[in-house]
Formats: sequence, C-alpha cells, structure tokens
Amino acid sequence: MNTASPAAVPVTPQTFKSDTKPIWCPGCGDYSVLSSLTKAFAMLELRPENVVVVSGIGCSSRIPAYTSCYGFHGVHGRALPAATGLKVARPDLTVIAAGGDGDGYSIGGNHFLHACRRNVDLTYIVMDNHVYGMTKGQPSPTTEPDWDSKLSPGGTGLRTFHPLVIALAAGANFVARAFSGDPNGTARIIADAIRNPGFSFVEVLSPCVTLRPEQREWKTQVHAAPVGTTDDPARAARRIMTDDGFNIGVLYAGNRRPYPAVVQKGTRRVEDLETEFVL
Amino acid sequence: MKARKTQRPSVRRKLPAARSPGDNARPAPQSTAKGGEESEFLARAWAMEVEAVERYSILADAMEEHNNPEVTELFRKLARIEQLHADGIVEHNQSLRPQETMAAGKLPWDQSEGQETADPGDLHYRMQPYHALQMALAGEQRAEQFFMKMARTARSASVRKIALEMAAEETEHVRLIEDWISRTPRPAEDWAYDPDPPASGE
Amino acid sequence: MSPSPEPARTPGLTDISIALTGSGGAGVMTAGNLLLEAAARAGWYGLMVRSSGPQIRGGEAAALLRIATHAVECLSDRFDVLIGVDWQNVHRFSQEIPIDAGSLIVGDPDQGEPPEVFLKSGAQRAHVPFKKTAKAIAGSWPNMIMLGLAASLAGLSAEAVEEVVRKANKGRGEALAANVAAVQAGFAAAQGISFAGGVAGVHRTDRPRWLITGNQAAGYGALRGGVRFVAGYPITPATEVLEWMAPMLTKLGGALVQAEDELASINMIIGASFGGVPALTATAGPGLSLMTESIGLAVAAEVPVVVLDVMRGGPSTGIPAKGEQSDLNIALNGLHGDAPHVVVAPNSIADCLGTTQWAVHLAEELQVPTIVLSDQFLGQTRAVVDRPADLHFMGGRSVLEAGFQGYGRYALTESGISPMAIPGTPNAAYTADGLEHNERGVPSSQSTDHSAQLDKRERKLLGYEYGNHWAEIEGEGEMAIVTFGSCTGTAREALSRLSSQGIAVRLVSLRLLAPAQPQRLAAALAGVKRVLVVEQNHSGQFLHHLRAESDLPGEVRSLRHPGPLPIRAAEICREITEWSRA
Repeated sequence: MNTASPAAVPVTPQTFKSDTKPIWCPGCGDYSVLSSLTKAFAMLELRPENVVVVSGIGCSSRIPAYTSCYGFHGVHGRALPAATGLKVARPDLTVIAAGGDGDGYSIGGNHFLHACRRNVDLTYIVMDNHVYGMTKGQPSPTTEPDWDSKLSPGGTGLRTFHPLVIALAAGANFVARAFSGDPNGTARIIADAIRNPGFSFVEVLSPCVTLRPEQREWKTQVHAAPVGTTDDPARAARRIMTDDGFNIGVLYAGNRRPYPAVVQKGTRRVEDLETEFVL
Repeated sequence: MKARKTQRPSVRRKLPAARSPGDNARPAPQSTAKGGEESEFLARAWAMEVEAVERYSILADAMEEHNNPEVTELFRKLARIEQLHADGIVEHNQSLRPQETMAAGKLPWDQSEGQETADPGDLHYRMQPYHALQMALAGEQRAEQFFMKMARTARSASVRKIALEMAAEETEHVRLIEDWISRTPRPAEDWAYDPDPPASGE
Repeated sequence: MSPSPEPARTPGLTDISIALTGSGGAGVMTAGNLLLEAAARAGWYGLMVRSSGPQIRGGEAAALLRIATHAVECLSDRFDVLIGVDWQNVHRFSQEIPIDAGSLIVGDPDQGEPPEVFLKSGAQRAHVPFKKTAKAIAGSWPNMIMLGLAASLAGLSAEAVEEVVRKANKGRGEALAANVAAVQAGFAAAQGISFAGGVAGVHRTDRPRWLITGNQAAGYGALRGGVRFVAGYPITPATEVLEWMAPMLTKLGGALVQAEDELASINMIIGASFGGVPALTATAGPGLSLMTESIGLAVAAEVPVVVLDVMRGGPSTGIPAKGEQSDLNIALNGLHGDAPHVVVAPNSIADCLGTTQWAVHLAEELQVPTIVLSDQFLGQTRAVVDRPADLHFMGGRSVLEAGFQGYGRYALTESGISPMAIPGTPNAAYTADGLEHNERGVPSSQSTDHSAQLDKRERKLLGYEYGNHWAEIEGEGEMAIVTFGSCTGTAREALSRLSSQGIAVRLVSLRLLAPAQPQRLAAALAGVKRVLVVEQNHSGQFLHHLRAESDLPGEVRSLRHPGPLPIRAAEICREITEWSRA
C-alpha cells in the first residue's frame, strides 16, 4: 500500500465522481443515489482508491463507472458473491455492492439470502424501482401484483418480495430504507451503513420516471420511520412486517457477529507444510 | 501484471464517525470569535451555491446525453450564474475560506436538500426551456424563503444582517428568472410526446 | 388527392436502402415502421433494422430500411439515402450506414451539418427544413415529413403512405389530419430533390405476405409445434419472444411463468415437460451459459425441451443489442459429460417459424433438449416475408399408453427411443434421474448400464431420419459457401450477383448443426473443390465444428468477423471473385 499519505488533500463528494456521464434517463432516482453515495464517502473521509463498487447488470448497476473508485461490473445477479470474495480477501478495502431490484431480488435472490447470513462487513445498496428497467418493463419481485405488463398481462398476482424482512431474518446486521428524493438523508443512512460492522443493507426507493411515471408520487408517500432504530431483531421484525413500504430510516442496527476477518499473518511457512507427508 | 509484491493489508481500520451537520436548521456556531458565526453562515451559503452549480451541471450532462441541446445550454447557463453567485460571496467577504470551513463533506444545511438545488425527479428528456426555468424559479424561491426564515430565527444581529442580504440576493434572482420566463415560449401541449417505444441498452 | 408527379428514376431499379436518423424522441423508429408498412401495403417487400444509443429513451436512433419489389433477407452493402431529422451523436452509426458518392444525404438546414464521417463520402446533399415545416402545420411532427420524403424517394405512392398513417392514427382526430398533411409536405419536398434512385415502375405481388420479426416467428413456430408451457427471464434480445407468447399461450390454454432467473427457467420447463406438456424457454448467450447444467439433466433424464438462444455479441455481457454467431461452441459443447443433443439454426426471419416448429418436433420425437440458434438480427428485424409454408411433421412424443409390470422408462430399444410414461398413468411410475441409471431408471454406477445408456442416447439421435429440412442446398459449382443462420440471406444475395458475373457457386446452409451429418454434407459438396465457410464470429467456431465432424473437400477458406456489423454480400463477392482467379 502506498505509504505516502494522501490524507492532506481533503475529499469532497466531487472527489468520488468520475468524468463518465450517466446515461440514466433524466429524472431517474439513481442520479440522487450517486450523489448520496459520493457524499457518504466524503463524510467518512474515505479515499477513492480504497473503495470498490461492485455491481451486477441493469440500469442501477451502471453506477461503478460513474464513481472514481475502483469498480467491478459483473454478471446479472452476482454482485454480492463478487463483493464477498473481494472483502474477505481484502478486508482493508471499503466494499459497496450495488444494483437494482431485479438484479438483487430475482436472479440475485439466493445470493442475497446468503450474504445476509454470512454477515461479511460490506454495504449493499439496492436502487428499487419496482420494475426491470433495462429490458423495458417487466415486473420485478417488488412490483405490485396488479401492475399490467406484456410479460404478465393483468399483473403477476404475486405477493411482493419484502427485502427488509428477508434481510433481517437471514442475518443482516443493519437494515435500512432510504428514498432517492432525500439525497442528504440517504447520504447519512449510507454513511451509517458503511460504518456499521457486518452486512449492511440499504434499500433505496429510486423512481423510474420512464417506465413507472406514477412513482413521481413517492415523494408524497414516504415518511420518516415513526420510531427510532432498534437492535432487537424481534422488535425490528414486527415493525418491518407491518410497515407500509415507505418508512424511511435505519430500522435495525444489531449486534450480530460479523464474518470473522481473515487473519492475514500466517503462523507457518509454506515449506513447513511438507511435514504433513514426509514418512 | 503488477510488478510490486503483494503487500499484507493491515486489519480494517475503524472509520471516523460521520460528521453530522446538526439536526436542526440553525447553523451551529463553530467558534466563539465574533467572526466565527458569520463565516460559518457565509460558508454554508457559499456551499449551497456550489451545490447548485454541481446540480445544474449534472442536469446539463443528463440532457446532453439525451440529445436535448436547448435545455442542455440553459442548464449550463444556470450553472454559470450560480457560480457567479458563489464567487460573489467570496469576493465580498475577503477573509472567507469556505472550502476549509466546509471541509470533510459537511452539508450546507440539514434540510431535505440544499435549498436551491432542483429536484431531479422533475426532469423529462423532452422538457422544454420553459420547464427548466420553472425549476430554476422554484429553486430561487425556496432559497429566498429559506434565508428569510434564517433571518427571522437568527440569534445574532450580524447573522440576521447577512441572512437578509442573502434573501435580497435571492429575491433579485427570482425577479431575473421571472423576467427570463416571460420571454420564453410556452411549450406545446404535446411537448412530451415521443412516438417511439423505449430502447434496450442491455 | 391527385398523385404527385413521379420524379425521374433509373429504370430497372428494384430496391432502395434508406437510413432514417434522429434523436431525443424524434420518432425515427415510428417513421421507419410506417415506411415499411407502406411498402408492404404497396405490394412490395422490405425489412427494417433498429439501432440506438444506450439510453432507454431520447437516445440517438437509426431506422435502417431496405425496400424492394422482391423478397430481401439482409441489408444491402450500402445505403442510397440517409435522412437526418437532426445529427446529434449520429456519428455512432457511421459503420452501420455505409454511404458513398452515389448516395444522398438529406438534412434539416437548421440542425447543422452532418458528421464529417458521412460528409467525406462525397454523397449528394439536399436540405429539407423538417422542423420549420412541421411547426407550420399545427400538431404535426418532423418525423412524418421525413416519412413522406423517404417514401417519395423510394418510389412509393402518397396513397400507400397515407393509408398506413390513417391506420396508425385511428381515433386521433386532429393528429391524423396534421400527420397526413405532414406526409404530403414530405412528398412535396422530394420534388425539389434530384435523385435517380428508388424503385422504378409499379409492381405488386399477389403472394400472401406477413409483416413479422424473427422473434415473433419463433414464438409462433413454437406454438404450432405444440408448446403450451413457457418459462423465461427477460434478456436482450430475447425478451420479445416471451412477451409475444405470454398472451398467446393464455388464448391457447397454456401458461407462461416469469422465472426468477435462467436456472429456474430451464428447470421449470423440464418439470412441465416431465409432466407431458411440450415446453420452451427463450434466452441469449449469458442465459444459455447458466442453463447448461440443467440442459444436461434433460439429456440424462431424456426429457424433451426447446431452448431458443437469440445470439448476441459475446463473450460475457458483450454487446447485448447486436447480433453475432458466437454461441455455437457452447450450444454444441457446453454440457459436461457426454451429452449428445440437438442443435438447429433458422436461416431467415421467416424460417424462424418453421425451424422452431421443427425443433419442438425433434425434441419431442427424440426426447432430448433441442437448442435453436437464432440471433439478434433475425430476432429483432421486422420484415415483409412471403407467408411461410405450413409444415406438418408426423409423429411426436412416444408416450406409454398403458402401464405394465416391468415397465422400463429407459428400455434399450433398437431406435434408442423408449416410450415415456406421463404422470397420471397407472402402473408406470418411475423416477426421472440425472444420475446414470439402468433401464428401469434406478440409479446405477455400473459400467454396463452407463455404456448402455450412453449408447442409447447417442443411437436415438444418430439413427433418426432428419429429412430434407437439415439444410438448404442451392446452386451448382465447384466453389461452395457453407454457412448457417442469418449469413444465409447474405450468401444468397452474393451468389445471385456472382452468378450474373458467370461465377457459379453452390450454397449449403445448415439448419441441423448437431448431430453432425458428415455423409449428407459430403454428398452436398460432391464435386466441390473450394469451400468458403462464412460465419459472424471471431474465432471460427463453425469452421472448427465442420472440421471436427466432417471431411471438407479441397481447399477451405474462412470468411468471418464478429459482430456488431453483419457480414455483407460485397465481402463474400470480393472473396469468391478473388479466389476464383487464384
């Protein structure tokens, strides 16, 4: 690691933005999430070279290239395993996994369960717009059951996936919901998530103005969670299972043991292992 | 392949506590010196303008990526105007060092957003200059209201004075934008119409 | 209204290629589609390829059209006309829109100059103030003026265009009148342009035709083949197959399930098929990669399924919105173990129907997964095609009528095909298994059982009579082109040109890629001394497959390049001409 201290140059949110211009539709909530992410990084005085943003496939998963951090744009639904491998091998890095609701809860569903359970110290940000945006409008697991689409005419008729409940039940140590329409609030939640040990999950309601224009109304529906953060999983579970989907805030910040960091300093040399076999 | 030997990374260091710039709308006085409060206030006002510059630049970029040259140019113009406002604050207060005062990503004021910055949810890739100016007008009006509230709730006369000056500035901005709007054609009813379906990038 | 005077045209021209471009919601695709529909209504043929920037809306867009009095299966080597409502970021399409000094560029004088990359072609220039003209006709749009202009240059009548515009604007009152007026303004603007291209004379075909995309054709072919259960996951460029089939299946008493991912999709269709219902999924390269383990399960358990792969640029995420023929390797060899299965490839947009229908038939007959290799060009190009002939395949899944003591699901029959019991049939219950098994389906690691079952699964495919659908063989000559998929239309066009130059070339386009048919291929290439293998990928996957499975006669050359650009007829002509002189 470079020992010359770059800490002398203060970081601002701008430090974490790249020159690449997002191709998100004007009005997309993801612009604000990008802004919140860079603000959070600045608030924590991180350095871009020590942060890695790992993503899958979809509109939201384009985000790594729009930051000046290291990035990994992987395959659909597999951001979490890639982020897990990275963090376990390199615990010194700040690892952020990011993507959309289709990428994270559908094809990524299995990995979501196990990442929460494994509780590795990383932060997972899902930009949830209740639709598959990049493929032009199929229902995602968080889409309302009666939303009409070509692939599911008349609506799926299925109960929506409830990611916060799943995360809590599966073992995540930090569960929060944010709203892209409140970039400063979201920045604070993300900063808290990063600081929190273990797997921190932040579901950000981020409207898709192109395929779900009615989501412009979300700004009138979101509200601060009426109670403070709890570290009691049972209490958190009751709250989350009964919330209206628009409670904003950190809903659970627990004391669950994070995945143990790899002890980097070995106790034996490679050559010594030969003794296992010698007659 | 990297030539250097892989270093053993040290154990994950503890992150510093995130700075929370206060939970209320009043600027927290940072120093007991008389100038401290005013500097703090001016620095935050400056940061608000800078945030507006950044936001208008992002909006301009977004409109440029979506092939809307008229509104792109308008947002760039607004960004330049906000930069002038920011520069003006520094010029009129020679001892101000706003970057230092606002170090470590402090947020201008702890509200839902920097007051002047436009709500990106109001964008549309086919929006017209008239719409963009309405966004800007709303931003300036919000800023004007905000500074008037700051003036009402200020705890010192010097801060109240500055807040009133800022409010007056914003009132002037409001007037300018209203004038600009009056010279801007109203969009046709079907301004948002796009007969083509969405495309798929991936 | 009285028809506008016909501009002077070069006699004998039967086709024209027009590119329409614009950005920010200019409605270029809509104009292109209406132009294609107008050509169809006029009794002509044509096709349209869509190209766009990465934005979901408001991006730069190009509608690439070819309109002709005869059926066309590929884009031409060049474009006759490039019309831009504006020129923003249009340079990104420069490689897809080759123009030259004989072409015409039409632009709006108030929208600046076309990019240098187009100007340096030396093409003729013309100007039409689309925006100003549209403003003068209240409620009209510049793209409708572009439509009228393009139609006129193509040689279409105003009536044909107005008819489709009326249909598209039914019930839209003022918009209809405004758009019709805009189209007329476009026609009027064409009068001022000296252009000798376009289709000359009046020619109509009476043959029944369809307006369809390859994805729609494939979906319809599957339904005709008997598919009544589909599970799938959205992926570019295959999503439209699923979206088209969803409401159709409901109408036919079938079902479509949107799966959580491709692993679920393939297993869902295996489950449905195990239950007796012919099933299909549609995906692209990344999805096919995910499915390989379970396709192997279908091979081992002898459960028929159809996997439609609409190929796109690879590897990995690659170039999602552009075609390429680079999934051949994984389709043929992507399964672990010795897992023989069937791979077919439609060779045109219309053929997507018949070949997918055939794939269902083969899968059901042979109780094996069948992979259909389509590609983005076939899948997403909209074309006027002759109504495909009805195909009737005899046979179907060999289903056990009545159970009996000692029934063996995997009995070692002579053909290798053993009757399949469908759940609900008494006295015939068995457990399908990916584990190797004996004739009764009981898991076994015995070498005799493994060999016997491997032989059976191979025998059933090799002993089958695939019929004439296995390939298209056209023309005579000592030189031959061997190809598959979307390169076939291009090869046909090249051959037609070469033939008029006195160079005789045979065309062999394979529909059946696996199991290989070395003897039939040898017969098709009897007398051939030079073989040109044509494919749209970087590494020569088809060439290597042919080499591995067959003895190719004489000299062999490879003409190939990867996507995003298609192989063009001129490339094939150049190669053959040069080779014929060597």
